[in-house]
Amino acid sequence: MAEVLVYVDHLDGAVRKPTLELLTLARRIGEPVAVALGNGAADTADVLAEHGAVKVLTAEAPEFADYLVVPKVDALQAAFDAVSPVAVLLSSSAEAKEIAARLAVRIGSGIITDAVDLEAGDAGPVATQSAFAASYTTKSRVSKGVPVITVKPNSAPVEAASAAGAVETLAVTFSAQATGTKVLSRTPRESTGRPELTEAAIVVSGGRGVNGAENFAIIEALADSLGAAVGASRAAVDAGWYPHTNQVGQTGKSVSPQLYIANGISGAIQHRAGMQTSKTIVAVNKDAEAPIFDLVDYGVVGDLFAVVPQLTEEINTRKG
Amino acid sequence: MSLRIVVTVKYVPDATGDRHFADDLTLDREDVDGLLSELDEYAVEQALQIAEAADDAEVTVLTVGPEDAKDALRKALSMGADKAVHVEDDDLHGTDALGTSLVLAKAIEETGYDLVISGMASTDGTMGVVPALLAERLGVPQVTLLSQVSVEGGVVRGRRDGDSASEELEASLPAVVSVTDQSGEARYPSFKGIMAAKKKPVKSLDLDDLGIDADEVGLAGAWSAVDSATERPARTAGTIVKDEGEGGKQLAEFLAGQKFI
Repeated sequence: MAEVLVYVDHLDGAVRKPTLELLTLARRIGEPVAVALGNGAADTADVLAEHGAVKVLTAEAPEFADYLVVPKVDALQAAFDAVSPVAVLLSSSAEAKEIAARLAVRIGSGIITDAVDLEAGDAGPVATQSAFAASYTTKSRVSKGVPVITVKPNSAPVEAASAAGAVETLAVTFSAQATGTKVLSRTPRESTGRPELTEAAIVVSGGRGVNGAENFAIIEALADSLGAAVGASRAAVDAGWYPHTNQVGQTGKSVSPQLYIANGISGAIQHRAGMQTSKTIVAVNKDAEAPIFDLVDYGVVGDLFAVVPQLTEEINTRKG
Repeated sequence: MSLRIVVTVKYVPDATGDRHFADDLTLDREDVDGLLSELDEYAVEQALQIAEAADDAEVTVLTVGPEDAKDALRKALSMGADKAVHVEDDDLHGTDALGTSLVLAKAIEETGYDLVISGMASTDGTMGVVPALLAERLGVPQVTLLSQVSVEGGVVRGRRDGDSASEELEASLPAVVSVTDQSGEARYPSFKGIMAAKKKPVKSLDLDDLGIDADEVGLAGAWSAVDSATERPARTAGTIVKDEGEGGKQLAEFLAGQKFI
């Protein structure tokens, strides 16, 4: 059966959820062969095997952490040459998209980014994407070479599927470009204990109406009652109320959770571009004319400082 | 020695307009106004700041696109860029990201460069892959997604704020840099800048000038193909309630009904 290369996104051996989603999609096209690089690569094998990886190719070398992107491209290319897959799948993180792009040039292939679904087609995998701030849905194919496709988190269910997951060491020869960009230092982001924004099943966001950094505590309390990630509109980020890494929208992160709750966010097109594919959309805003209400499944016209704490309390009560 | 900076910019449809696909499933440019991609303004700004900090530097803005794309170059020139290069050719219609990166790379080599600066992504395609593609094609280091950037003594340094960590990066020139919207507010063109822009040189290049065959680019030469584009059905109107004191509880009831609680 045809093999599909799946690039593993992991942190010191802990596989991130979007990679498990990729394995679900990869199995629609062929047999997943996972590629795990860097510190803890071999530790990923068990969970990858439980989700359908027939083989796990691993490589550990200091270059993966000490230099930007290119060492990983070299390794993925080595895996590509060793396996001859029918497709290469990566999750749509900023770094993985860069890896995908460079690999595509090297192997003479087309690239599709930010797919929200993937199925087998007569002429290779067919990717569903969402265009123009999610006002269109497109179906695309790679027409030259072996398809390199990046998939947005939350695009497929995580499904258990037992497979061999045989670990093999991947031999990598680094290119001359590999050491071009040095990582002088790396400061890990402090964990909030909340789910990663792009991976979260529920996202609770705050915007201009939150009116101050200190008021984001109200948004965080609601998020915590639901086990949700916290997002922020560009207005809130530009005002310095919340970190840029939490920004949802065209210039921030694109999210597609099961539930999106927008608080004090008017819903400008730039914000909608980043959240419009959310399955269920809820908004709280005191302006009844706010464009966000055109998108919602349920909206409350009201003061978020009254509505949100009441909602949080009610959720906590119901949870008992 | 002069520092040669090339800024790649894109002319994009206004996101607040009604964007749709033409019959050939490329972007329909007829019905919507275009403008310089907002994210490229940050690239122009950082180029200008780097040039201002250098003893001797020249900023060239480069775009690939139809006649109207000159508007994007004009905006960048009025912000303060020194000159512009416009790659324009009928055979470029429908070119995808890989093809665009090929054309940009050839034009950058033709122009001569020490530093290429791009925005983090375009505001229309939003793929965010062109800077990495350029670095690969040019065979130079990529120092991408920077929220802070500086150039000194032939070395570029910057900060990349990722999901799990913030990284300090360094590379020797020549290099490809991309900057985020956190890199610093872009300046507005002054009246003087707008007047001066009219006299600045805009060089036009076509595929022949760059030694690129027509079949390597355009819709027919694209590495990927859009088979269909369907307008998303309008969302069915949701329930909207006015808070009369029970809004939070009503919302909780809705969420419980949807099994979120």
